[in-house]
Amino acid sequence: MAAEKMSLSKAINASLRTALENDPKVLIMGEDVGKLGGVFRVTDGLQKDFGEDRVIDTPLAESGIVGTAIGLALRGYRPVVEIQFDGFVFPAYDQIVTQLAKMHARSLGKVKMPVVIRIPYGGGIGAVEHHSESPEALFAHVAGLKVISPSNASDAYWMLQQAIGSDDPVIYFEPKRRYHDKSEVDTSAIPAPLHAARVARPGTDLTLAAYGPMVKVCLDAAAAAAEEGKSVEVVDLRSMSPIDFDTLQGSVERTGRLVVVHEAPVFLGTGAEIAARITERCFYHLEAPVLRVGGFHAPYPPSRLEDEYLPGLDRVLDAVDRALAY
Amino acid sequence: MESTAARKPRRSGAKRTSAGNAKKKAAGQTDLVQLLTPEGERVEHPEYSIDLTPDELRGLYRDMVLTRRFDAEATTLQRQGELGLWASLLGQEAAQIGSGRALNDSDYVFPTYREHGVAWCRGVDPTNLLGMFRGVNHGGWDPNSNNFHLYTIVIGSQTLHATGYAMGIAKDGADSAVIAYFGDGASSQGDVAESFTFSAVYNAPVVFFCQNNQWAISEPTERQTRVPLYQRAQGFGFPGVRVDGNDVLACLAVTRAALERARTGQGPMLIEAFTYRMGAHTTSDDPTRYRSAEERELWETKDPILRLHTYLTKQGLADEEFFAGLERESDALAKRVRDAVRAMPDPDDLAMFEHTYADGHALVDEERAQFAAYQASFVTAEEGI
Ligand SMILES: Cc1ncc(C[n+]2csc(CCOP(=O)(O)OP(=O)(O)O)c2C)c(N)n1
Ligand SMILES: [Mg+2]
Repeated sequence: MAAEKMSLSKAINASLRTALENDPKVLIMGEDVGKLGGVFRVTDGLQKDFGEDRVIDTPLAESGIVGTAIGLALRGYRPVVEIQFDGFVFPAYDQIVTQLAKMHARSLGKVKMPVVIRIPYGGGIGAVEHHSESPEALFAHVAGLKVISPSNASDAYWMLQQAIGSDDPVIYFEPKRRYHDKSEVDTSAIPAPLHAARVARPGTDLTLAAYGPMVKVCLDAAAAAAEEGKSVEVVDLRSMSPIDFDTLQGSVERTGRLVVVHEAPVFLGTGAEIAARITERCFYHLEAPVLRVGGFHAPYPPSRLEDEYLPGLDRVLDAVDRALAY
Repeated sequence: MESTAARKPRRSGAKRTSAGNAKKKAAGQTDLVQLLTPEGERVEHPEYSIDLTPDELRGLYRDMVLTRRFDAEATTLQRQGELGLWASLLGQEAAQIGSGRALNDSDYVFPTYREHGVAWCRGVDPTNLLGMFRGVNHGGWDPNSNNFHLYTIVIGSQTLHATGYAMGIAKDGADSAVIAYFGDGASSQGDVAESFTFSAVYNAPVVFFCQNNQWAISEPTERQTRVPLYQRAQGFGFPGVRVDGNDVLACLAVTRAALERARTGQGPMLIEAFTYRMGAHTTSDDPTRYRSAEERELWETKDPILRLHTYLTKQGLADEEFFAGLERESDALAKRVRDAVRAMPDPDDLAMFEHTYADGHALVDEERAQFAAYQASFVTAEEGI
């Protein structure tokens, strides 16, 4: 199949379709994923084509969804479950943290947990409470889980293929405000390794590191900075656990400056871990402290304030300027 | 339910149910408590009765009409971009007004996000409900000023809060009760099952009021349960009853009785109000993708307001003047709500840091100061141009 331009949500749909076609053990589970095709239509048409046995509308209970997915995985299935919104994963948090993440280790490797948990996350869509959060650090903190987030349609397609193929549990965070963004997807290409970071735009003066919805903001910031004569490199991390520190280190050794950007609160976020590790690895290359741009230590605000809360072009450029001023 | 069971006599379980129902019926009980039929006929129920003055009957009618009008106005405001989202209660007015009017002032309400009619009964200013749907706050009313807790969006959570609050009432030796609202979808959540357990074990004065509106977004009730929801209570050790959720009299009578039980130390009770979500799940939803127009049409004939209108008219309890006056009142309410929403200011940027903690927090203070300085620098830069 040749390359095709598609939206990020369509790419996820296509990826799920491929997985359902290729492996009869793959199941889709979640609230409203069947007949409705999901509240974002990401699973549109899948139940119609693969039947109610494989694309399953579950009862309204997230702990139940993940808990039964674990049981199905024990029985040899590969469940891909959908949590309807970021803020609704918490009833399942116990199952994810105490059971899903630890099963492989506890069984001394006898039991695999090929469960993918898809979570639309992040803000910028003007939603009510609990529909705009970025809880990735709460999962990346847990050993046994892999945590990833695509920033574009091609990665959305391929990273989901690889996540479904993985024998480890993977939390797949979907940047919901980018669902409609279109880009080229080559379904016959050879994908990059799942957890490899990617230099999305080369530059020489400073590195911006981001993932998911913030990659576009950083690319826009780099373009704006270029107009002012600043050469900014953008690294799309793609994976928050594990993090590809080698690629990031290579970038920072070239640029000498790093700003990490995510929607999630800065305090104890992925940026904190990156700052610590990169400082350790690149201490003599750094011209400035690693800066972070992200959410505040406050509940995600009502939607009329989210443009202030979310790191936008201006806040990223402000951090770029501050880092370059050292 | 009975007729379905009767049609499947070979299933032993179904047979038992059917026999049980027949026996209950002989004793004068039916599955569905109803006091006002869809045709507007008053009927009696052996266990639940109600005797209302013409004033009270007109009051219930007025509550339902004004609530529906408010709800319709909110839907319009969403379409016009004044609200980000709206969760309509259309069709559920009787369930909410009937149960809401059963409450005493000292009782406490734990709503979902759709209880606009109950809020109305509690005296919460309807415009206050719109802040979170506009995106200027996450609730914004003081739960204690009307004993009406904030809307809860995370499905099922509030049933445990209601239970805990009721446990507190019991500890205090007070004679109030709590009512917890939730949906048919919510009945699947672990939190709801746990609230049933706790309330039963501690004999907490809480009434669980489940509005079974037949749908949880796109999923019909069959995706959540294989038994009628009210029967769940039995396994936890307290009574459950199904009431015609489009019959405001039945909802009032049953909820009154349940609250009275709770207040007098007889513990929790589950009420399943059998109703229908006439509109979309929210303004973001498109129900044509998953349910038929015929189903909705069928429920239209059971409309809660229509049947009380018929009754009031037939009995000569309300005249043209009453209805015309109510129409004017509805228009005025709609206008007041519209004007209030349009005038609702966006919060100050720094408001997002406020109230994160009761006792303050150094990091919040630091980030607030940084953000304020950042914004100030922006303004000076602009002024400098
Ligand atoms: C824990 C949780 N999971 C999922 C959702 C998304 N969601 C919002 S409303 C809803 C359906 C609720 O159905 P029901 O309980 O029947 O209440 P109704 O909307 O019909 O009033 C879902 C799945 C949520 N709000 N919270
Ligand atoms: Mg429902």
